[in-house]
Amino acid sequence: MTKERKKELQDLCLKFRNDLIDILYSIQTGHPGGSLSCTEIVTTLYFDKMNIDPKNPKKEGRDRFIMSKGHACPMLYLNLAEKGFFPKEDLKTLRQVDSHLQGHPCAHKTPGVELSTGPLGMGLSAGVGMALSEKLKKTGATTYVLLGDGEIQEGGIWEAAMTASKYKTDNLIAILDYNGVQLDGTLEEIMPMGDVEAKFKSFDWNVLSCDGHDVESISDAIDKAKESKGKPTIIIAKTEKGKGVSFMEGKNIWHGKPISEEDYKAAKAELGGER
Amino acid sequence: MSKKIAIRDAYGEALLELGKKNDKVVALEADVGGSTKSILFGKEFPDRYFNVGISEFNMVSMAAGFATADFIPFVNTFAVFMTTRGADPIQSLIAYDKLNVKLAGTYAGLSDSYDGASHQAITDIAFVRSIPNMTVVSVSDAVETKKAVEAIADYDGPVYLRLSRAPAPVIFDESYDFKIGKGVELRSGKDITIIATGTILHNALEAAELLKEEGIEATVINIHTIKPIDEEIIINAAKQTGAVITAEEHSIYGGLGSAVAEVLAKNCPTPMDFVGATEFAESGDYDQLLEKYGYGAKTIAQKAKTLIDKK
Repeated sequence: MTKERKKELQDLCLKFRNDLIDILYSIQTGHPGGSLSCTEIVTTLYFDKMNIDPKNPKKEGRDRFIMSKGHACPMLYLNLAEKGFFPKEDLKTLRQVDSHLQGHPCAHKTPGVELSTGPLGMGLSAGVGMALSEKLKKTGATTYVLLGDGEIQEGGIWEAAMTASKYKTDNLIAILDYNGVQLDGTLEEIMPMGDVEAKFKSFDWNVLSCDGHDVESISDAIDKAKESKGKPTIIIAKTEKGKGVSFMEGKNIWHGKPISEEDYKAAKAELGGER
Repeated sequence: MSKKIAIRDAYGEALLELGKKNDKVVALEADVGGSTKSILFGKEFPDRYFNVGISEFNMVSMAAGFATADFIPFVNTFAVFMTTRGADPIQSLIAYDKLNVKLAGTYAGLSDSYDGASHQAITDIAFVRSIPNMTVVSVSDAVETKKAVEAIADYDGPVYLRLSRAPAPVIFDESYDFKIGKGVELRSGKDITIIATGTILHNALEAAELLKEEGIEATVINIHTIKPIDEEIIINAAKQTGAVITAEEHSIYGGLGSAVAEVLAKNCPTPMDFVGATEFAESGDYDQLLEKYGYGAKTIAQKAKTLIDKK
């Protein structure tokens, strides 16, 4: 990745963080922690990796992204709007009556959203279905699934993991937003997941890791994942919940807490000041 | 009695034929392919057949993925597991996005008789019927099964297809005109209407014969599409006969009986009674279970007479 490209993506991420805080502050609802955690991952996918066409969202042979940890959808919406799937002014209608931007991703309302998610643990199975479809159609398209680390406590994830390896879906790339924090506390406190890498390896997955806040590290890991032959890949992206706003970082209370005026000002100061 | 053909065999053959005609059809299975008969499709089209083992939640979620990529997935397992283990993706992926997935729940009602209540499905209709966007079809014989498979494949949207394990008397012939959402009057009478769905339709017809022996003329209606339901045929029959009994191998709460009652309460309040489950059944011979738990022709006829007295 060139320095210029890296800077471009980093600037975009900073802009998205600012916009996210603005929107969530204005609507007084939504999930800041998980959205900030996956900023670089989603932005790298949409602005560096995925073959998609905002003018033709259903284009045959496109890459697909499933935000399986659906509560982080504000970051998805910011990316889709920036790409041109819908007007940016729609973003302020998030979670409001008559908006196409639902509290959790809704594929039949929002252009560019490939699958409705929210209830956790289904995105990986649906991703296996999409990946197998693209194999039947021989399009060469890649299916990406973003998983939360709390989400992988759902049993369905491991059903999907078995199935993906049985059918050798090497066109499926899962990315784990591994921030170590879930709604009620840390993973260690609530439900320790142990050695996630070993778990996926034992399910016969190609397991890679990256710095989930370094766009170049994410991009390189995806390139490597695409070289996998006969195995699905999971990229374990080390992240921090609430990344970029110091008082939100690593704090489970920021999973879905409304942002007060005082916190808003402090967050904006850290992210580049009031606009 | 007419020839009997097992609904599951008719389904397996219909799915196979569909696979030959349409290469967009894929089949998913959760390790009961020999029972659901999806294996017939699997043998012919191994590349479009996905046996994912005992993981119904995963299987139904995968079907959503196939549908978003323009395939037509037929999902196969026992009705009870489809609508309990698979409930979450049925509601939040498939119905919510109105995906073109066909959920074939077999061994419905008490038809998996010897396996006992754990494997019998008496709540599946109530669940799928209550979900927006879902179409619910329940078939009564081999001909209807074949026609229903073709019709739901042509329809673009989520469908729950309720199938029985049991050998069922063939009621319809090849000229039968099956249309989603259209009820079928099989017999016309002035005294009472019996509305049935699934293989119990045959018992309803037998009940009508028993009633005839006592001089009671019954209308018998087959409601194969429980949602969207044919309101017109129900209202007309209720107006003509003034009493309505429903019969289904399903809980009387939330199934066909409830659907008919909703239609009549709104349009034409009519005395009703319900044949169906109010308790879990048990293991045993299928016909004996139907008798013991009140699904037999005699029970239907008896309830009809009692209801007529209340008119």
